Amino acid sequence: MALIIEFLYQVAQTLLVVAVAPGVTGLVRWVKARLQRRRGPPLVQVYRNLARLLRKEVALADNSSWVYRVAPYLVFSTVWTAASLVPAFSTQLLFGPAADLIALVALLASARFILALAALDIGTSFGGLGASREMMIASLAEPAMLMIVFVLSLSAGTTHLPAVAEYMTLQPIFFQVQLVLAAIAMIIVAIAENARIPVDNPATHLELTMVHEAMVLEYSGRHLALIEATSSVKLVLYLTLFSCLFVPWGMAPTNGGPVDLAIGLGTWLVKLGVGAVALALFETCIAKMRLFRLGDLIGGGFLFGLLGVILMFVFGSL
Amino acid sequence: MLELVLIGAGTEVVLGMVAVGGRRVPWIGSFIYGACVAISAVICLCGLAVLTAGHSVPAQAVILPFGLPWQHAHFRLDALSALFLVIVNLGCGVTSLFAFGHSRHPGRHAPEAIRVLPFYPVFLAAMTLVVLADDAFVFLFSWELMSLVSWLLVLSNHREKGNDHAGFVYLIMAGVGTVALLLAFGLLAGTEGDYTFAAIRSLPHGVTLASSVLALALIGAGGKAGIFPLHVWLPLAHPAAPSYVSALMSGVMTKVAVYGFIRLVFDLAGPAQWWWGALVMVIGGITAVMGVVEALMQHDLKRLLAYHTVENIGIIFIGLGLALAFQASAQPTVAALALTAALLHVFNHSVFKSLLFLGSGAVLWATGNRNMELQGGLIHRMPGTAIAFLIGSAAISALPPLNGFVSEWLILQGLLFGQLLPQWLMKLTVPAVAAMLALSAALAAACFVKAFGIVFLGRPRTEAAATAPETDGVSLTAMFLLAGLCVFTGILPAPILALIEPATWQITRETMAGASDTNWLWLVPTDGLRASYSGLVMLVLIVLSAGALGLVMRRFADHGLRRGPPWDCGFPCSDPATQYTASSFAQPIRRVFGSVLVGAREEISMPEPGDRFPARIEVFLIDYAWIWLYRPPALLVQWLAGWINTMQHQTIRTYLSYMFAVLIVLLMVVMPWR
Repeated sequence: MALIIEFLYQVAQTLLVVAVAPGVTGLVRWVKARLQRRRGPPLVQVYRNLARLLRKEVALADNSSWVYRVAPYLVFSTVWTAASLVPAFSTQLLFGPAADLIALVALLASARFILALAALDIGTSFGGLGASREMMIASLAEPAMLMIVFVLSLSAGTTHLPAVAEYMTLQPIFFQVQLVLAAIAMIIVAIAENARIPVDNPATHLELTMVHEAMVLEYSGRHLALIEATSSVKLVLYLTLFSCLFVPWGMAPTNGGPVDLAIGLGTWLVKLGVGAVALALFETCIAKMRLFRLGDLIGGGFLFGLLGVILMFVFGSL
Repeated sequence: MLELVLIGAGTEVVLGMVAVGGRRVPWIGSFIYGACVAISAVICLCGLAVLTAGHSVPAQAVILPFGLPWQHAHFRLDALSALFLVIVNLGCGVTSLFAFGHSRHPGRHAPEAIRVLPFYPVFLAAMTLVVLADDAFVFLFSWELMSLVSWLLVLSNHREKGNDHAGFVYLIMAGVGTVALLLAFGLLAGTEGDYTFAAIRSLPHGVTLASSVLALALIGAGGKAGIFPLHVWLPLAHPAAPSYVSALMSGVMTKVAVYGFIRLVFDLAGPAQWWWGALVMVIGGITAVMGVVEALMQHDLKRLLAYHTVENIGIIFIGLGLALAFQASAQPTVAALALTAALLHVFNHSVFKSLLFLGSGAVLWATGNRNMELQGGLIHRMPGTAIAFLIGSAAISALPPLNGFVSEWLILQGLLFGQLLPQWLMKLTVPAVAAMLALSAALAAACFVKAFGIVFLGRPRTEAAATAPETDGVSLTAMFLLAGLCVFTGILPAPILALIEPATWQITRETMAGASDTNWLWLVPTDGLRASYSGLVMLVLIVLSAGALGLVMRRFADHGLRRGPPWDCGFPCSDPATQYTASSFAQPIRRVFGSVLVGAREEISMPEPGDRFPARIEVFLIDYAWIWLYRPPALLVQWLAGWINTMQHQTIRTYLSYMFAVLIVLLMVVMPWR
């Protein structure tokens, strides 16, 4: 019975993350537009864009190889798999044990690896530019993320995501220095990984400032739809991961009833909404950074994480 | 079993002589390499048989009547030896298969067969013998044989520029390493001078003596493996050899060195001190970061791979240091976890590094050049090699669901237990090492995006790359065998962990949880819900979701596909020089990390307005290890040589007075004993 419930939860979450993701992206865009005193597109606009892209034919560069054509599918399914393994509204996920926090970080690294290769496949200068900068950012953000993972798993005594979430429900985060440090680092990493301002500008039209957009410049049609959808799912993944790790309140506990489930679902959606609004606010208030100052920002996140780990090691827990 | 292995190794030595005798026979290359494949396979099976026999089977020992006059040659096959026997001969077998394929179409750039063939089988035999040695004499003899034969193989491409320098540096470093090991065994054997390992094990060793042995083992075995700052010879020597020998040197010989370190420090030197672990871990962490940063700066494909060996050796030493620390702090269960992780990484690295070097050999054979800046677009011309190289690249970048990730995941799990170490120094060391490991893993991914992307993707930068032929079927088979192992170990690590389990049990008297039970789907290295991983489930999930996605797309999306020129923001340029190069790909990382760690500096020379010269950018790297560690002794030796040189150009009177002075000095030395 428990197995069936876990399976159902797993399926529900797998479908929900994909269904909700474009809406969250749309919400960020809408709030940003409102803050800039524009009317802003409706929330369904992102869904419409995806549907329109799906109906268009693919224009493929002459010398592209199979890597280029397979990459959108692989990247999307990898990020989707990762997103479905982060407990969103319930900690009972059938495939949860397949990937702990470390494996989750590495799974996202796999997706990035594939996308960077696809960017190099056509052999244009922008593809190389995007891939090279993306890997530079990742080479700072990924260790920072691992440091955060270390802080959390040392606190909770496990790298198992649902267990960390359950531990964190009982912990008042703001009384623990290392957790606050980890939360700050996590925000920096999430911004960097999702290519948001000040690391990257998702709405840029100036090629030289592009990072992520430069990588996917040559994609069109259904391939582009998948790439865009991947970005949305990744945003939801990070918002969910943040809420699961630092504000897991409301998540349905193990063996919870339907009411718990409804609460879990409701709080998850609210948290996604709050996260999207906060992201839009933050992006409106800040300017994009020069590429080589990113080392300071993300490196700072890395050091916050490292400091948290050292605190954990020296004092056990604060 | 052991007798069979020794006969195999002996046959390989004989094969070397056969190669000399039959050098005029046209099929001698195929014969030698084919025989090497067969012998390696047999030895590998022998090792597997020992490993699967279980703990209760005692180690086999053989004493042969040669060696030093008062001491016979001792050989022993215990679990640790058997594990390394399998790893070594697996690499040797597959590499020989590749060499078999290549020996039939040597290509323009291969060295003459007679410069490789006699030494190749002896090299294999020497590596096998090191692992089996049970006394210091056999160990050092085989070790030195391995060094010298590989030195000869490095010099087989003797006409290529720079190879003589590589051989020279390698010879010196190998000599220093062997002297260090000689001293280590001398210390361990004590005043009685019994050099069998059994006698050494039974002697009690003081802390000072054992610590000196650790330092000497780090210099001797660690230098051979390529730890920082003794790694300088490795990126010179490994790429200089023919590619399949490079695969052996990087993938297999460094593992023999790791075996030497484990045998000396874990087995012979007696109980570990906690600070040994800290030392080895920190050296490992620095090695990992320095190796990968230097690898990123390279544009010679084989040298890049060689620097990556340095990185992976660092990761292995992190695991070994962790195991030492836990063992010294009486935490044998966690020590078993860390040691299992390190040994699994030894296995993994030997698989994917051999694969990558073989792939680079195929590229070198096809295009005649190791310079990445002259490749590009090879995925169209060499599809098989490209797939194998891609799998190897993803595996070495520690990406799930491949094998490199499993071992790094286990090492990270081991580091998470660092809180159990009571020493305050450890509380700072473990987080720092964890940070270095995380950094090196992320940089490795960047490095292999560069290696695969610049060589195999994009547009061909030269005519040679545009017309490169695919390599032959046998060589491809060898690469796909290794690629298959990368995937298999990644999704189902349990069988490999079961092979490692006897070796960890032999050293720590503990077993990593989940290493030997029947739960092959989930990797649960510790008790309970602390952590779990399943590459297979992950892979199935990804494949299922990709399949579902494909179905949805087939049903709802447009199927149209139009080929055309790339868009490139409206200004597509047909010149392949407009692509990113290996150097430009690394430029952001060079600016962030390189300026501090390797003193990277760019110099741009702009022509005056009106001049028609191209602007040039040059990148300079500084190897600090070379400047601070190697240059001073080299200068000292040079100065001494110059000084002694002046002594050689004197008149007969001066020589006579030298003799007289020496006589006086000797008499004075003898005086006290009168």
